[in-house]
Amino acid sequence: MKRTSSGTLLRVALAVAVVAIVPWIVPSFLVFDLVFVAAYAIAILGLVILTGMNGQISLGHGAFMALGGYVVAVLAHGAGWPYWIGVPLAALACGAVGIVIGLVALRLEGVYLALATFSLAVATPSFLKHFKSVTGGFGGLSLNPVTAPPGVPLDAQHWLYYVSWGVAGVCFLLSALLVRGKFGRALRALRDNPIAAVSFGVNPYVYKTLAFAWSAVLAGIAGGFFAIATAYVSPDTFSFALSITLLIGAVLGGIMTFWGALAGGVVIEFLPLVAQQVNAAAPSVVYGVALILVMMFVPDGIVGGLLRLVRTASFPPSAASVAVEQPTRE
Amino acid sequence: MHELAQQIVSGLATGSIFASLALALVLIYRAMGIINFAQGEMAMFTTYIAWQLVQLGLPIWLAFGATLVIAFAGGVALERIVIRPVERANQLTIVIVTLGLFIAFNGLAGWFWGYIVKSFPTPFPTSPIQVGGIGFSAQDLGIIVVSLLTLGLITLFFQKTKLGLAMRAAALYPEQSRVMGIRVGWMLALGWGLAAVVGAVAGIMIAPVTFLDPNMMQSVIVYAFASAVLGGIESPVGAVVGGLVLGVVINLLGTYVEFIGNELRLAAALAIIVLVLMVKPSGLFGRTVVHRV
Amino acid sequence: MNPIFRRIAAASIASLFALGVSASTVVPASAADPGVSANEIVLGGTHPFSGPASAYGNIGKGIGAYFSYLNDHGGINGRKIKWIDLDDAYSPPQAVQLVHQLVEQDKVFAVFDTLGTAVNTAIRPYLNQNGVPHLFVATGATTWGKDYKQFPWTIGWQPDYQAESILYAKEILQSTPKAKIAVLYQNDDYGEDYNAGLKKGLGSHQNMIVKMASYETSDPNVSSQISTLKSSGADTLMIFATPKFAIQAMVAAAQQSWHPKIYLNNVANTIPYMKAVEKAAGPSATANVITTYYLKDPANHARYANDPGMKLYEEIMTKYIPNGDKDDGNYLYGVSIAYTMADVLRRAGKDLTRKKVMDVVSNFTEKDNPLVYPGVLIRTSPNFRFPITQMITAKWLGSDWSPTGVLTDTRTLISGQAVK
Repeated sequence: MKRTSSGTLLRVALAVAVVAIVPWIVPSFLVFDLVFVAAYAIAILGLVILTGMNGQISLGHGAFMALGGYVVAVLAHGAGWPYWIGVPLAALACGAVGIVIGLVALRLEGVYLALATFSLAVATPSFLKHFKSVTGGFGGLSLNPVTAPPGVPLDAQHWLYYVSWGVAGVCFLLSALLVRGKFGRALRALRDNPIAAVSFGVNPYVYKTLAFAWSAVLAGIAGGFFAIATAYVSPDTFSFALSITLLIGAVLGGIMTFWGALAGGVVIEFLPLVAQQVNAAAPSVVYGVALILVMMFVPDGIVGGLLRLVRTASFPPSAASVAVEQPTRE
Repeated sequence: MHELAQQIVSGLATGSIFASLALALVLIYRAMGIINFAQGEMAMFTTYIAWQLVQLGLPIWLAFGATLVIAFAGGVALERIVIRPVERANQLTIVIVTLGLFIAFNGLAGWFWGYIVKSFPTPFPTSPIQVGGIGFSAQDLGIIVVSLLTLGLITLFFQKTKLGLAMRAAALYPEQSRVMGIRVGWMLALGWGLAAVVGAVAGIMIAPVTFLDPNMMQSVIVYAFASAVLGGIESPVGAVVGGLVLGVVINLLGTYVEFIGNELRLAAALAIIVLVLMVKPSGLFGRTVVHRV
Repeated sequence: MNPIFRRIAAASIASLFALGVSASTVVPASAADPGVSANEIVLGGTHPFSGPASAYGNIGKGIGAYFSYLNDHGGINGRKIKWIDLDDAYSPPQAVQLVHQLVEQDKVFAVFDTLGTAVNTAIRPYLNQNGVPHLFVATGATTWGKDYKQFPWTIGWQPDYQAESILYAKEILQSTPKAKIAVLYQNDDYGEDYNAGLKKGLGSHQNMIVKMASYETSDPNVSSQISTLKSSGADTLMIFATPKFAIQAMVAAAQQSWHPKIYLNNVANTIPYMKAVEKAAGPSATANVITTYYLKDPANHARYANDPGMKLYEEIMTKYIPNGDKDDGNYLYGVSIAYTMADVLRRAGKDLTRKKVMDVVSNFTEKDNPLVYPGVLIRTSPNFRFPITQMITAKWLGSDWSPTGVLTDTRTLISGQAVK
């Protein structure tokens, strides 16, 4: 398998440095926005693995974000549990549910899975409302805003920023290790040549279900940070639009690479603001048209497109040793 | 007993709404094997065009006719301009493009016509109809009749006309069709045009009941998905039957099953989608299709 | 090491040292509050300009129109208003981020007319912690008036939903004490508030309610609920629903040949909607409908033909939102609430501070708002923070609502429940 190239290491180091410095050079509200970017990036990372590498389309990962967010919120609101226990429990809960839904997803192909997961996303708010005694119903649950622990010389926003990006870093690292190992090889084999993969003894049920579960874990963590940063959860927080937004972010960012998850997080956080600048009367027209244009001209997303550009400009095709796959088209 | 009958009749009326939009979904799926998430918004948009034409003073039937022509041209244009470039891309790309259309059409309608609920003219009489104490409207009856009529025309078109046969061939065997001289690309565009027309018919029929606003189709489309899947996503007959069945089923579940109530009706409809997809993906009326692993 | 990388590393170390300083420079507002300069007051708000609740975006546009009008007519105490209105898509996390931006980046003086119960619940703690006025939120939940001790910087404006439905209950007890009541309500906090008010108003007569049915905003129509309610044998129908579903409910009832006495919540009572019902189901559908009013209906051209307030509204609309639908009550709501906001700023004086504004907000009476129903006062006191409490009941007469009584003040009804 590929060795980690020095290029990748350099890029990662650069990314870490940027993440460390950014909050000191941007205005404070942007620091807060970047917490959401981290959450989006974590959730989209799950989609990169699930959809990009595993080939399963999910329009329902907002549901896992909802589950994660509510686990954190209910534990904090009802039982007074701290967030550092809540988030891992949210991840566990989503992993468990992810396995179940992953098993169901095995039986559904392509657009059928997209439809089924879309249903999940659409149904989520009504479930959240239905179990009022736990979820607070439509009114939701208010949480205590985060403050930095005593002794840490950071204000609340910077503290939350570093924690969320720290967790994002861990998620990216763990995912990278997973994808580079046996797990990733099995997924790629199953995606590119399922019959051969199976004949070589790769069990599709196990790996595909695991991929689904892991992406659910990531979405759950992201949902936890959503709840913590907003200090409030309600069914409106996790409307079906969130699920669609996540997939849009993944595709715009570049669904074949981890860097795409980062780019996707940035895009879905800031594109609505840009759209509003372009046309205040109808921001969604700008958003929708932008989406279509990107798909028509850069179907492999921002990162994919950039990589292609760099590669064709500066390397002969054979020298492209970047640790990123070429998007495959079915 | 009386209430049960009323619930069934209301369910059929609501179900016919689902059915009419599900038909359009099925047409696109048959033409190119994709699910058009923007179908509902396209239908809503064409319904606004009809409303606008009526506002401008056109007689109602003329306005509807003109709308269908515009819808057809619009559908064909959309396929040629937006779908064509991504036609050979993977399914994900096409899903995202239709989501983009969804967002854009919704925003456009709000931009042009605002978000205030508007009433939409009905071609049917407004006085209620009473049969044995069960009430419904001429509009309800109209939607069912028009859906069945549309279904009949579609079936005739695909089975009896040369163009219809060519479209089916292009969808099922694109390579062979090309060899035989069928212009496959244009057949797909015609498929989109046809679906847009059926969607426009659905919108015009539905709007007098749900009233006209840019979000009018957002819940209907979910139920239409469920109807199409229930009936078999490749089957026009299935779409209509699926819609009617679904309308009745969610009414009965909502009224008589305590746990579901009115609150989880949508969830129940979605559970139906997932169940059907798992147990019998071809639905009630679909042929079993052999998919590659 | 790569030189660029080294420079970035050096910068990051430097910023780590700077960290202690910047953390301790967060100082609460003092003499000069943010958002006020010699010639400008910055106000911020969020509205859903996209997403499912986009219809309400026009409230924000109405506000903007009024402020433009005001600025062109001299502003407030020599200052102009800068109105920053952002799209929250009705999503609480989005709203929280935008409010951070408004407060920290745009340095708004106050946050005004944020819309929706969930959105306002989400942003309220942050604004109160930071001492930013959170004024005249566009939702009728009871909490905005009731919980001022915990959230002193927050206040609502419109009548609360409970008060309105208490009023209906009193009307029923008076006019038809033997009524059998069926309730159609939206399944969220908004519907629940109406239900709670109805039950409070009926008091020991709650058993008059024979059936309740909820709907979801995702329902395609409400004919099934109406069938259920009809078969309960009720003769009175409460409609606690947003316009689209309220219209559908009245149409469905008529089509099922059910003609109860209908109480229609005031968010759905504008004249074009009533006409839409008649067009779809005939005049029998609206033969017996009662509602309440606290604002003027811009679609009621006959009644307000010579009304100076409505003339002002039309002048503002024509000049600043020429393409807007004047009949849309959301614009009127926006102009009216912006009028109150400007009034408060004016009264807080030339030497404007957030504290002073809150003092005014919690103890003022506005008698001359041009767009509230004639006679309605907007008033608060330190212990009573529901600005609009007066409403009038009205009956539909085929082309217009006709007031059935005098203005009723729900103050006593609300304070009764606030004490509890």
